[in-house]
Amino acid sequence: MKVIDTGNHMAALAARMARPDVIAAYPITPQTTIVERLAQYVESGECESQFVRVESEHSAMAACISASATGSRTFTATSSHGLLLMHEMLHWAGLARTPVVMVNINRAIGPGWSIWSDCNDSMSQRDTGWLQYYCSSNQEVFDTVIQAYRVGEHADVLLPVMINYDGFILSHTSMAADIPSQEDVDRFLPPFQAGWKLDVDDPLTHGNIIGPEYYMETRYDMHRAQESARQLIADVEQEWEERFGRHHGGLVEEYRCEDADTVLVAMGAIGAEAHAAVDELREQGERAGLARMRVFRPFPAAEMQRLSERAELVVIDRDISVGMGGAVAAEVRAAVEGPVKSYVAGLGGRDVTIRDIVKMYRLAQQGQEGWYSVEVS
Amino acid sequence: MKTAISRPEKAAMGKTGSWRVFRPELDEEKCIKCWRCWIFCPEGAIRRNDKPEIDYDFCKGCGVCAAECPVEAIIMRREEK
Repeated sequence: MKVIDTGNHMAALAARMARPDVIAAYPITPQTTIVERLAQYVESGECESQFVRVESEHSAMAACISASATGSRTFTATSSHGLLLMHEMLHWAGLARTPVVMVNINRAIGPGWSIWSDCNDSMSQRDTGWLQYYCSSNQEVFDTVIQAYRVGEHADVLLPVMINYDGFILSHTSMAADIPSQEDVDRFLPPFQAGWKLDVDDPLTHGNIIGPEYYMETRYDMHRAQESARQLIADVEQEWEERFGRHHGGLVEEYRCEDADTVLVAMGAIGAEAHAAVDELREQGERAGLARMRVFRPFPAAEMQRLSERAELVVIDRDISVGMGGAVAAEVRAAVEGPVKSYVAGLGGRDVTIRDIVKMYRLAQQGQEGWYSVEVS
Repeated sequence: MKTAISRPEKAAMGKTGSWRVFRPELDEEKCIKCWRCWIFCPEGAIRRNDKPEIDYDFCKGCGVCAAECPVEAIIMRREEK
């Protein structure tokens, strides 16, 4: 069924069709319309999930972890400061191996107060053990929420998954999307089988103290789970394509990279815009390509290395690790041996248009990099 | 998949008796079997048999039992070690 709707309504619909047992969420701009829509679904009976109204995002995540610990499928959504408030619980979800699925709408962090897009919120959760997807269309938002359950709940992974997309640019913009039937989604996504669960008939405790002789192995196991998620993400998307005819690129969507000597690396909405920029550059005779990083955790190191062997990489970060530089560029540089240029752009929702991307590409060719479009006075 | 799970079993985290500095000792002559020590022991280290039985493998020596005893039948003595 074709529908035209916003990214947030696509996320809410996907969440409903994944049949979570428990939804716990707290509203925050620009995520609010997800929570409102889910509450509406529950109220109307279209969704059978138990909806837990909570007093904060920290509690929302605590509720999801607890529900997941009883073997329930869970969903929540947040943004920016809400995500930051969850930080402690995000680590907990990872270490507890509870595959909570969460949508995070990328929004800048204040002060100065900002409700517009940038990725500093999710980038600061990089090390919590969550898998991270970044979407660049409403269709991809829908598809990825469903796929995220398959990946996170897989016995080899059992880790929480965060699906990110740009505030307002995607969250509040209507686009067309193809929605599969509930039966098709059910066939793709079987019920959740927990790795462990709280059960009164088989009592156990979780989260108790473990000494130095055990702790490190739990961390190693998480790391290994993320490593095995790499192949799984690609496989799950391939299966999605076979069933529904759509493929968003697996870990990295490569566009016109085959003969490219310069490859732009971007995520989210800038990644979508960069498609058009590559077309424009090609018309101008450039051998330009795009690697849209769809998954940031696990980090697509092999894909970046392979691209780097043939082309210079120009990374556009919509985030800043203050005192270091663009976070994506820093990781790309750690993963590859070839030349990498780094741009920081679009913070706090500053527009990054096709023209801006073309300009960054041209400046990089002249050996420049750094902060794009910053007023220095 | 590895995460921190434990099932209920005695001494899942080892014996805690070695933590004790003071050792509760019961004077059976004075004990009136009111079981306040058994009720208040925060570690469940007192068993309710014919008389209160202190499990020294797990008693941490907190002294709550001695403080709660209405007839001073439990005396805390410094461990000799």
